[in-house]
Amino acid sequence: MSRRPYVRPISKTTWFMRNGRYKIYVLRELTSFLVAFYSFYTICALAILASGSVEKWDSFITAQQCTGWAIFHAVALLYFLFFQTFPWFKLAPKAMPVQVGDKKLPDSYIIVGHYVAWIFISVFILWLAGAL
Amino acid sequence: MTIAKKAVVWGLFAAGGTLTSFVYPALIVLFLLTSMGMVPANLQFDQFYAFASSWVGKLCLFVVLFLSLWHAAHRLRVVVHDFGIRQDKLVARAVYTVASLGTVLTAFYLLTI
Amino acid sequence: MSTRNLELEVMRYDPEKDEAPYFQKYTVPCPEEWVILDALNYVRDELDTTLAFRWSCHMMVCGSCGMMVNGEPSLTCKTFIRDLPDKVRIEPLENFPIERDLIVVFDDVIQKLHKVQPYIMRKDAPPEDKEFTQTPAQLMKFKQLTMCINCMCCYAACPQYGLDNNFIGPAALALAHRYNLDNRDQGKSERLDILADYDGVWECSFVGACSEVCPKHVDPAAALQQMKVDGAVEYWKQKLGMTGEKK
Ligand code: SF4
Ligand code: SF4
Ligand code: FES
Repeated sequence: MSRRPYVRPISKTTWFMRNGRYKIYVLRELTSFLVAFYSFYTICALAILASGSVEKWDSFITAQQCTGWAIFHAVALLYFLFFQTFPWFKLAPKAMPVQVGDKKLPDSYIIVGHYVAWIFISVFILWLAGAL
Repeated sequence: MTIAKKAVVWGLFAAGGTLTSFVYPALIVLFLLTSMGMVPANLQFDQFYAFASSWVGKLCLFVVLFLSLWHAAHRLRVVVHDFGIRQDKLVARAVYTVASLGTVLTAFYLLTI
Repeated sequence: MSTRNLELEVMRYDPEKDEAPYFQKYTVPCPEEWVILDALNYVRDELDTTLAFRWSCHMMVCGSCGMMVNGEPSLTCKTFIRDLPDKVRIEPLENFPIERDLIVVFDDVIQKLHKVQPYIMRKDAPPEDKEFTQTPAQLMKFKQLTMCINCMCCYAACPQYGLDNNFIGPAALALAHRYNLDNRDQGKSERLDILADYDGVWECSFVGACSEVCPKHVDPAAALQQMKVDGAVEYWKQKLGMTGEKK
């Protein structure tokens, strides 16, 4: 009897195509591109604001007013909600479980708490920006 | 053995992830409204400038951008790893440098406003 | 009680003869209330005595019957025929070397289970004439983590372990967390030096696959996230010299 364990090869570049769970995971991780994009976009806005020129600011605002951008933002919004915000809320109670006495607080309480806070914060930001 | 430095960036990643989850949907809506020609009133130059001039405004903008940048940087590092590029040290240096740069720029512009 | 013919595609590998594994098909008449393990036993008893696989308890206790069933890491004694299509593919657990047929080599994880120091560590001497006390609330903090039966389905599901098996991985880390959360233990800080080192918790990117396949609902992914929080806190504690013993 000789031992000769066989190691199955796995692809380092396409491993996540093997099942749906991994694909969803990769889609989730790709939201980081959106975060990076919008962060730097906002920094650009700050740069133009810092230049102190009203004309530059106004042309920056008008430059964005096109259907292409509108579609991009709409798709980005949906993508972000379904692959970042909602999954993040769903996983939050796992990282920070709460125990009251000798019972664990049901995950759903913590998740619902996140949604309530999120709606509150979103409304506040939109109000602050004068969009409401 | 000691606790790896990854602990530090993971902390920023987690804080940033929570923050972006709460804040970015509204932020994207603002961009969306602007691109559809319904520019929110307080995004006009004077109003926005006034907001970014206040210390509260500066602080909010800085915290949001700082944490978001580090969140994105850390996750991008993992994405690169997941797509099979095994140069973790190099990739880490690259993404964190860009995040630091963004952080410094944010601070600089906010301070000049 | 109905019986259905199931077509089993079973991965075979004989280290003395085969260069690489291949699939062999068996047709097995299965009553719907059977589990996959029953079908495998039928194959070995009636069709092919050479098929090698592990099992013992047939009741989700021993943790030895884990295999890939249609690509999903499963305890075969818990996977019912009635929940499966007519064609079922059975492979040894992924991410492990194959010893023979459906049997894999666990040496690597066994080593990791040792490495995380899964026992109560005390800085002071244990009480001599009395036992350590633990309230129900203190037990609740980690009770779920004690349910692990070391079936290693979570390792088969974890892509990060598959890509780089230096990663300590879900079950061993969850086991370590069980001791970190135990009020009788004082070794958390020492253990975190191992758990939060480069190949420790940080390698996990919270895919969550381990928790989804765990037959005992141990939720290793949750334990790992909590350990990341602990690791981040401990890092600053050590840096700021708040642990007392380390520089
Ligand atoms: S954590 Fe669950 S899947 Fe992993 S070895 Fe333990 S019982 Fe099996
Ligand atoms: S959550 Fe972490 S340990 Fe679990 S499968 Fe995913 S990467 Fe592996
Ligand atoms: S045979 Fe023991 S767990 Fe399945």
